[in-house]
Amino acid sequence: QPSAAMLSNACAGCHGTHGASAGPSMPSLAGQSKAFFIDAMKKFKSGERPGTVMSRLAKGYSDEQVVAMAEFFAKQKPQAQTDMVDPALVAKGKTVYDNTCKRCHLENGKEFEEDTPMVAGQWLKYLQIQMGELQSGARKMSEKKAEKVKSLSSADWEAVAHFYASQK
Amino acid sequence: ASSPAMANGRKVVVIGGGYGGTIAAKYIRMMDATIEVTLIERNDHYVSCPFSNLYLGGIMPDLSSLTIKYDKLAANHGINVVQAEVTGIDAAGHTVKTSKGDFKYDRLVVSPGVEFRTDEIKGYDDQIMPHAWKAGPQTMLLRKQLEAMKPGGTVVLSIPLAPFRCPPGPYERTSMIAMYLKQHKPGSKIIVLDANPDIVSKKGLFLKGWKKHYDGLIDYRPAKKVTEVDNKNMSVLIEGLEEVKGDVINIIPPQKAGHIAHVAGLVGPDKKWCPVNPMTFESTLQKDIHVIGDSSIAGAMPKSGYSANSEAKVCAANIVAVMNGRELTEMSGVNTCYSFLSAKEAVSVTGVYTVDKVKNAIVPVPGSVGVSPDLSELEAVYAQSWVKNILTEMSS
Ligand SMILES: Cc1cc2nc3c(=O)[nH]c(=O)nc-3n(C[C@H](O)[C@H](O)[C@H](O)COP(=O)(O)OP(=O)(O)OC[C@H]3O[C@@H](n4cnc5c(N)ncnc54)[C@H](O)[C@@H]3O)c2cc1C
Ligand code: HEC
Ligand code: HEC
Repeated sequence: QPSAAMLSNACAGCHGTHGASAGPSMPSLAGQSKAFFIDAMKKFKSGERPGTVMSRLAKGYSDEQVVAMAEFFAKQKPQAQTDMVDPALVAKGKTVYDNTCKRCHLENGKEFEEDTPMVAGQWLKYLQIQMGELQSGARKMSEKKAEKVKSLSSADWEAVAHFYASQK
Repeated sequence: ASSPAMANGRKVVVIGGGYGGTIAAKYIRMMDATIEVTLIERNDHYVSCPFSNLYLGGIMPDLSSLTIKYDKLAANHGINVVQAEVTGIDAAGHTVKTSKGDFKYDRLVVSPGVEFRTDEIKGYDDQIMPHAWKAGPQTMLLRKQLEAMKPGGTVVLSIPLAPFRCPPGPYERTSMIAMYLKQHKPGSKIIVLDANPDIVSKKGLFLKGWKKHYDGLIDYRPAKKVTEVDNKNMSVLIEGLEEVKGDVINIIPPQKAGHIAHVAGLVGPDKKWCPVNPMTFESTLQKDIHVIGDSSIAGAMPKSGYSANSEAKVCAANIVAVMNGRELTEMSGVNTCYSFLSAKEAVSVTGVYTVDKVKNAIVPVPGSVGVSPDLSELEAVYAQSWVKNILTEMSS
């Protein structure tokens, strides 16, 4: 079996050294929730979650290897992105967050439980892409979450994206 | 001088500051900071081939975003970066000979990229018919020639027999030059002379993109091997017979391992590439010398920047293991190559790789190898971040 580092370092060409991404549309994996990571790879593999390269790459790994990588990345120090965020949108996003997202994305998105991802400090561009897919339904949400967020406008989503991205 | 590090067998020298070499040097230091690492590169900067086709397409103003320096890499990881030309390797004496003197090693990593087999193209002169297959002055020369060409002109692009560096690269270049012609040189066309019997990589996607964006502009001709050029007449000869004229001629010559690999006896019976152990990338011909990147025979892993990056990490992990008397860790590699079809659309090919212990060769993991289902604007967005990430990995 390849070591966890051997498996995980091969991903860094896209996700950055130790999962700290330097590219604004590529997600950082450093410090990401282990349970979410495993779930994401499973969903890429099965096709349940839409992906580009990940839909193919995920098929290259056994469940055991995915767990090893999830543990490797969960252990890395999270690194907040350096994109410019719009302060007005951050303030508006905070309200949306407090009303709608706080119950699951804990501590301004820095903390997580179970398969909820860490979203704080993630790249703005990546959050926008993923929120677009959540909103359009291309990426499925749990019924509970769908119910919670169904009244949000595109402007609300955009504002929370800025809020999450602003969190260090 | 016999430093304690040397006495303990803890000195690694890396040749080549490109996609493979920078990463090998960095990851060895990250995995074991007691190993002394020297990186020897002839230039004080490196220009990335990946994305240089976008510059030729006229959608990137200059090569600055593709250019890296070595100062941060050296400072962050304590790598001794030496700007010098490597002239020889004394394998028995564990010594690298350079324009700046000798360097002793316990393990040597060689990642010199490719050399051109220009002897197979009679009359070849890269100042008249640039290859632009090593990025930098050659890329700028080709772009200048495209800019200077009269509208209604003909560009000729010659593709060598595989294997060569970056299998989809020539077809991405075809797309980018066609895009440039469409926007800036009305009435022009590009003739592609491919020595291969067919498009080598992502065929369906390239054909789809060409039809969608550049219909009638690309004249693709398979099985046309250029063997001779006429620099005065601006023409090429196919198999010494059929003549094709061009206003701008871009010749990608056939390739082999970097020059230094030949000098050092690392090249196999094919006289082109370097056979290696698939777990460690140690040469099967010379002890304690590892070859990664384009120069190596890495089984199913294509000659790409991503592969070179991934191979460097496999090599680094197992050099560190050996130097610490630990067991080898099994290799696991990844490749992904993005290609642009237009300013906004890209496609990718991916693969995850492992070692087949029976065949003792690098093979793909079933299911992981594949191409994009269609041209994609989203993939173009991700591709921009890919190049940013991989160049950041190499330079910091
Ligand atoms: C147009 C084009 C597009 C491409 N696009 C992609 C892409 O999108 N994705 C991808 O993954 N790959 C792509 N590639 C392929 C990629 O560029 C190569 O596979 C990669 O550079 C190989 O890395 P390497 O370390 O083997 O060699 P290189 O990156 O070429 O590095 C070799 C280094 O060694 C130095 N060197 C050589 N000999 C000596 C010596 N004797 N002394 C001192 N220094 C020496 C050289 O100066 C050079 O800096 C593309 C290539 C081309 C040409
Ligand atoms: C060539 C680029 C590339 C490589 C290599 C790559 N990824 Fe990804 N990764 C992406 C992209 C792009 C996405 C967004 C989903 C998509 O489009 O596939 C992503 C998304 C992810 C996500 C979901 C993150 C989130 O917060 O939503 C995980 C987990 C992940 N990748 C893990 C990995 C692992 C593990 C590897 C290596 C085995 C890897 N990736 C290799 C490009 C890459
Ligand atoms: C009921 C719980 C719940 C609520 C409420 C909730 N989320 Fe989520 N969120 C999740 C879970 C679980 C996931 C992972 C789902 C998956 O990938 O299948 C997720 C994923 C995401 C992602 C993708 C992150 C990534 O790295 O891929 C974003 C972005 C996101 N949520 C934003 C929001 C926003 C904005 C709100 C409020 C407006 C919100 N969420 C409310 C549970 C919740």
